[in-house]
Amino acid sequence: MSASFSLLFSFPMVLAIASALGTIFARRPLRGAMFLLLHLGSLALLYLTLSAQFLAAIRVLVYAGAILVLFVFVIMMIGPGLDPQQPTLKAAFPKTLSAVMVLAIALSMAAILARVELPMGALPEGYGGVKAIGRALYQGATVPFELIAMVLMVAVLGVLGIARKKTDIELAREGEQPAQHAGQISEGASPETGD
Amino acid sequence: MDIEISTYIVLASLLFGIGATGFLVRRNFLVQLMSVELMLNSVNLLLVGFNRAHASSHDGQIFTFVVIAIAAAEAALGLALAIAYYRTKNSAETDLGDLLRH
Repeated sequence: MSASFSLLFSFPMVLAIASALGTIFARRPLRGAMFLLLHLGSLALLYLTLSAQFLAAIRVLVYAGAILVLFVFVIMMIGPGLDPQQPTLKAAFPKTLSAVMVLAIALSMAAILARVELPMGALPEGYGGVKAIGRALYQGATVPFELIAMVLMVAVLGVLGIARKKTDIELAREGEQPAQHAGQISEGASPETGD
Repeated sequence: MDIEISTYIVLASLLFGIGATGFLVRRNFLVQLMSVELMLNSVNLLLVGFNRAHASSHDGQIFTFVVIAIAAAEAALGLALAIAYYRTKNSAETDLGDLLRH
């Protein structure tokens, strides 16, 4: 294995670990989201080293294109309430303890599982491409694929139910006073006095 | 040219540990959601790696596909909960949510 190959493989790994650390230790959530974007990009590179081209493309589309945009949208919407708070000394000990314990478990898991010996065999023709994945998806996993559509639909409806604010008309109707003037409606509609 | 599966196992374990640490240590709702994404992604990497070792079928990649879809639904629901939480508590710190009512 030449030096250029090992560099090619180790670069996305180092980048993945560094950006994951940046995600969880960034003080501001928006910076954490940017580190998460870097992490997703490095994971797409890792997928490419595993000959999963289609999944790498899907990962960039779904995560960077949809999920991360949603994160950034919510961070921007919530805004100033997300200012970093000063860490208290009282909470430092349990936090350090939990971090050390989790990392110890992960490292011991890695040390045991790393003894697995599976040779990376020869690749079949077209492995990881759109054609092969599509064939496997529609011929072998049709029901789960259709169920994904249902899950996403239910998720959309649930999100609507959870995140929707009450409209002015609904608030005015609950306020028992007949909504005649626009001024009354907007008085009863300040978001903090709802419910 | 290919690297060993054990390298990917160690990497995925480390990433899962980092994600779990973030979920436990941070008290910000959004950062905790991002940590959950880190954990999901590490398992996805492991699935793709093992699928590469058993290259005769695409089962691991199909499973990863489903997990990505579920992760999208989970992120949408979690962020909706974050908005609802912020509306109730006027903060994103999860330590404030210590009552079963609002």
